[in-house]
Amino acid sequence: MFELTRSQKEIQKAAQEFARGEFDKEVTVDLEKSHTYPTEIWKKAVELGFIGIQFAEKYGGGGLGILDACLVAETLCRKDSTMGSALSLASFGAECLHRFGDEKLRGSFLPRVTEGEILTGIGLFETERGDDFSVLDTTAVRSGEEWVVNGKKRYVINGGTAGFYIVLCRTGETCDENNGTSMILVEAGRTGIGCIPLGDKLALNSVAIADLTFDQVRVPMSNLLGKEGKGIAQARAFLDEVKILAAARAVGIAAGAFDRALAYVKQREQFDRKLAQFQITRHKIADMATKVELARLITYRAASDFDTGKPDPAMSAMAKMAAARMAVEVSDEAIQLFGGYGYMTEQEVERYYREAKTIELCLGTRESQKDRIADIVIGKLK
Amino acid sequence: MQLLPYTENHHRFRARLRKFLAEEVVPHVDDWETDHIVPRDVWKKMGREGFICPALSKEYGGAGGDFLHSTIVIEEISRTNHSGLATPLHSDIVVPYIESYASEIQKRHYLPLCASGDVITAVAMTEPNAGSDLVSMQTTAEADGDDIVLNGSKTFITNGINCDLVIVAARNPLAGNPHKAISLYLVEDGTPGFEKGRRLEKMGFHSQDTAELFFNDCRIPRTNRLGEDGDGFYMLMEKLQQERLVCAVMGVAAAEQIFEWSMRYCRETAGPKGPMSRSQAVAFALVEMSTDIKLGRTFLDKLIAEHMAGEQIVIETSMAKYWTTDLAKRIADRALDLFGQGGTLETTPPVRAFRDVRVMSIFAGTNEIMKGIVAKFMGM
Repeated sequence: MFELTRSQKEIQKAAQEFARGEFDKEVTVDLEKSHTYPTEIWKKAVELGFIGIQFAEKYGGGGLGILDACLVAETLCRKDSTMGSALSLASFGAECLHRFGDEKLRGSFLPRVTEGEILTGIGLFETERGDDFSVLDTTAVRSGEEWVVNGKKRYVINGGTAGFYIVLCRTGETCDENNGTSMILVEAGRTGIGCIPLGDKLALNSVAIADLTFDQVRVPMSNLLGKEGKGIAQARAFLDEVKILAAARAVGIAAGAFDRALAYVKQREQFDRKLAQFQITRHKIADMATKVELARLITYRAASDFDTGKPDPAMSAMAKMAAARMAVEVSDEAIQLFGGYGYMTEQEVERYYREAKTIELCLGTRESQKDRIADIVIGKLK
Repeated sequence: MQLLPYTENHHRFRARLRKFLAEEVVPHVDDWETDHIVPRDVWKKMGREGFICPALSKEYGGAGGDFLHSTIVIEEISRTNHSGLATPLHSDIVVPYIESYASEIQKRHYLPLCASGDVITAVAMTEPNAGSDLVSMQTTAEADGDDIVLNGSKTFITNGINCDLVIVAARNPLAGNPHKAISLYLVEDGTPGFEKGRRLEKMGFHSQDTAELFFNDCRIPRTNRLGEDGDGFYMLMEKLQQERLVCAVMGVAAAEQIFEWSMRYCRETAGPKGPMSRSQAVAFALVEMSTDIKLGRTFLDKLIAEHMAGEQIVIETSMAKYWTTDLAKRIADRALDLFGQGGTLETTPPVRAFRDVRVMSIFAGTNEIMKGIVAKFMGM
């Protein structure tokens, strides 16, 4: 647990080299401005096996674990928070297909993800809270050999640019955690799908995020993903998994902001001294370094638990909450250490800060994570 | 109980300003954010209505009000959720240097134009290598007959593109004592050798034309110096109390505005069990935010009263600058949590505020500098 394997260190190194060779902050800023996905870089990441590294080899994946996927996400985000996030989110939702899909569904779609043919998306929520299953009005009704999907999903990552969407639908009369909801895979080309882009965002503008509408969208029965009735349970398990990846992105963002601030305070002089010679600066650096390490430890721990067959939903929520908070704090402090330059686009740390905050707001805020953790830690009261 | 002596006149002034901003500013703010600049004509409109230089004496074309009028302008502009229309910097930070230190001829010439919005001002202190450490500024002012020749570059200058008149801090390379080397000079736009550089791309303050300024053998008459040679630092120290207080008003006003949006959103938006504000966590968060803001407001109002009474409150205004600008940042951060994923969209008002307030703990002396000043003045 406290030592990465040789193979994991090699993955880190490969991701570092890839990022060093491919990422360019001016390109990133342009893509952000024009709301354009880094397609070329994504295709190269695919070639090197970074996309779907955690998926089984028979689907073109790397046959590795979440910890390995975390190392890639962290390393890429550390070099460029935006590019790292965009690549890490290329297969967002496909985790669900990999985990719950039947052989036929997985076989027909996952290779297209790992070969870089399509991006993926998942529509779970219908409110502004990233883990709220209390409102679920989207329905999938049987009609002959097909499902007919109607409804609207909010904040769909890769919404409008993905090859397919996994949609959480009501499929029964009553619905709760274990009954009445199902996941349906809807190919992007089906008739009746509408896309409402959400416009400018606080961060990550190169990744499309949109509300999707479904109006009498018909898909074959076989597009049912996993078990009928278990949609919410599957969605929760999916969230428990991707929260670890979000935590890893946050760790990378914090480390990247820290790297930049550290280099700056060692070079910048004011009052005839390097900033790194002032005690207040030194202590800020010490705090930041500590926070990055703490966030990294809990993230690796959650990933390692997951990979060794002991997935812990509380640990996932803790990792996401703690890592995102620490990333916000560390990148905020990085801006402060840069002074006026920190507020300028050119120095990047302001972008890291905005992206850290975005991670904190997605997949459930701190309050949502605490609800989840408390449910588990406190358990049922007598 | 109202701590500050607001009169009927002040209340009418606020109401008139709020209406003006709703009609002439708010509808254009999104465009200005995209354009990265505010058009000059809105300055003139504001000037015509007496909203620029509200505290400047009528003798020089001002509105003849007091610092409460200035406070009202800062607060009301904060409510428009943009930072481009930086009239408070002009009215309450730059123009007072001219009012206090320029010659009578210069005052009669410039001040009415400053009050009418025809002349937009900026102050240029920060340099690429001299931010917190002002003493190390490299821009030089060398005497040559009856002229002064300026050389150097300045950065992060608010109103940098729009400005018609800049107060430039520069050092006399022949002066021995570094603290007696700095003087302030009036430089008009269009003076040969004075160039406006690129507009800087920033996290926020998108409608604000923050820019670099360059001086290459920029020749100005010696009479453009404010006050005596080498008195620059003394003047800066003299005026920093009000500058820090202005920052504190901005901080508290921004926090109050962000809180107002958050409160309304949480009351009007349905959560899993009734309005969001019924959630205990949300309610406590709002209570904590409101308590913090009220503490800041109470401190601020007391300082405004003391400042208006002419008291020396360097320690307290430095404390207030750091505490209230941190407050604004903390409140913005917390507000986005309440908006959840909506907090990632630019159409959600606190998102722009989140980007804008981040600079407050950096500008006008970083909050670390503020703490250093307080420590020094407290004898540590």
